[in-house]
Amino acid sequence: MNKDRYVLGIETSCDETAASIVKNGTEIVANVVASQIESHKRFGGVVPEIASRHHVEQITIVIEEALKQAEMVPEQLHAVAVTEGPGLVGALLVGVNAAKAFAFAHQLPLIGVHHIAGHIYANRLEQEMQFPLLALVISGGHTELIYMKEHGSFEVIGETRDDAAGEAYDKVARTLNLPYPGGPHIDRLAHTSSNPVPFPRVWLEEDTYDFSFSGLKSAVLNYMHNATQRGEEVLPEDVAAGFQNSVVEVVTGKTLRAAEEYKVQQVIAAGGVAANKGLRNSLEKEFKKLGIPFYIPSLPLCTDNAAMIAAAGSVMFEKGIRSNMAMNGRPGMEMSSWI
Amino acid sequence: MICLGIDTSNSPLSIALAKDQTVLIEEISNLKINHSLTAMPAIEEMMKKANVMPADLTHIAVAQGPGSYTGVRIGLTIAKTLAWSLKIPLHMVSSLKVLAANGQYFDGIICPVMDARRGTAFTGAYRGGTLEEVIADRHSDFKDFLKILKSLNEPVLFTGEDAAVHEKAIREIMGDTAFFSAPQNRLPRASHLIMLAQQTEAKDVHFAVPEYQRITEAEANYLKSQDGQSI
Ligand SMILES: [Zn+2]
Repeated sequence: MNKDRYVLGIETSCDETAASIVKNGTEIVANVVASQIESHKRFGGVVPEIASRHHVEQITIVIEEALKQAEMVPEQLHAVAVTEGPGLVGALLVGVNAAKAFAFAHQLPLIGVHHIAGHIYANRLEQEMQFPLLALVISGGHTELIYMKEHGSFEVIGETRDDAAGEAYDKVARTLNLPYPGGPHIDRLAHTSSNPVPFPRVWLEEDTYDFSFSGLKSAVLNYMHNATQRGEEVLPEDVAAGFQNSVVEVVTGKTLRAAEEYKVQQVIAAGGVAANKGLRNSLEKEFKKLGIPFYIPSLPLCTDNAAMIAAAGSVMFEKGIRSNMAMNGRPGMEMSSWI
Repeated sequence: MICLGIDTSNSPLSIALAKDQTVLIEEISNLKINHSLTAMPAIEEMMKKANVMPADLTHIAVAQGPGSYTGVRIGLTIAKTLAWSLKIPLHMVSSLKVLAANGQYFDGIICPVMDARRGTAFTGAYRGGTLEEVIADRHSDFKDFLKILKSLNEPVLFTGEDAAVHEKAIREIMGDTAFFSAPQNRLPRASHLIMLAQQTEAKDVHFAVPEYQRITEAEANYLKSQDGQSI
């Protein structure tokens, strides 16, 4: 008898409509992402109502495409996993209701997945997880350090007290007149600077793993404002590099300290900002020095996708976790362990 | 033919199952509970009662809007996903026409009303008896719309929960040509939806999208700002 398990994943928490099929929680069989970036660009950020409208247009198309890529029929699937939260409420509702309807139509088990658990489990599609493990989840919506004793056990040991790192990137990019989304542009510009502006490092209290990026963001805005007032020329690459150096140093520093204190076997990074070259290089270099294995998934698995939801959903499926037809989208969903 | 009908376009929820020309079961609730939470459990429960399995369904009918953006999207997402998953035809009917069907035998014009704030409404006008469209669905300043209705010189039946919101303006402009449907005839009924759906062509599921009748605020502001620049 074939023991392989196939889980369909669906993700619509922000501006990507995505569906994927994952085998045994570790192997991508199909991965489809319909990005809306072009639609939101002219507004300088994601407009929730427009995101929701696009999700309805795309949802059955991406699921069909995933099945086609996998050369599978719904009867071959074992479960449907969907992002239950956190995210934009209207956007989540499309994925959740599509998942419920699909699961009902084919009488399949339904599993609601936390988006951040998905980001963490994206790693498992490329590299088996070793516990205890530390995960750095860093994206447009999140900046969190999560400690995992074992599969399905999540302890948030640090999180942002204000803006997510990716939000700060977008805001700074806007003041530098860089197009949306700004992260990759800042990263690229930063590498061309020979004289980074010395912006402050925000460490907060000595013993905390929490982050704060709004002070740094204000420092950048003030710097720009004062320079304009004095009629001084501002080199955007110096501002970009100064800002990025500050983010990278603090994020790397806290992640290193947490990895040492919690004596972890492995450190993984995830989320869109984890694809940032400056941050990636710094983390890789420091963890190599320390001798702790550090992994970061390839770019398409760092940004939002449904394979990560199917990967996390697969582990939940094996643990017997099920949702029912009353599942709702939960925009402010807290992270909780599965055990 | 076994058809499932779903209308979640405003706060009431209505679902029904019909076999050929017989309505098997219908449920209407007006409890203002989140459709995302209740619609699928209600469908599951109703189908269990009627002893109909998902695979037994042959058609899906859905109210396509206008209405609450989120409400319409929930119904449509469920309907299109079910239709696509089960490989059965999807039929879409105006949510306003479904409401108008509450006054089907009125001798005159039927005007369904969904309040859209700031004196505006989603509305339209249908012919009593045939339910033919007299004035196409639209988002409009409601007083302006009433003036158009008045000019038709016919009795008008106002229906829908939100007709009450605009009662004063209606009486003011329409005078004694205005009639109001009774409270029990103001909620949308999925059984009407199913019967109306039988007169429509099936929709290509992948292209089935809500009929919002209004662009988003962000787009409206963007268009305004573009205009400003071009002057
Ligand atoms: Zn994400």
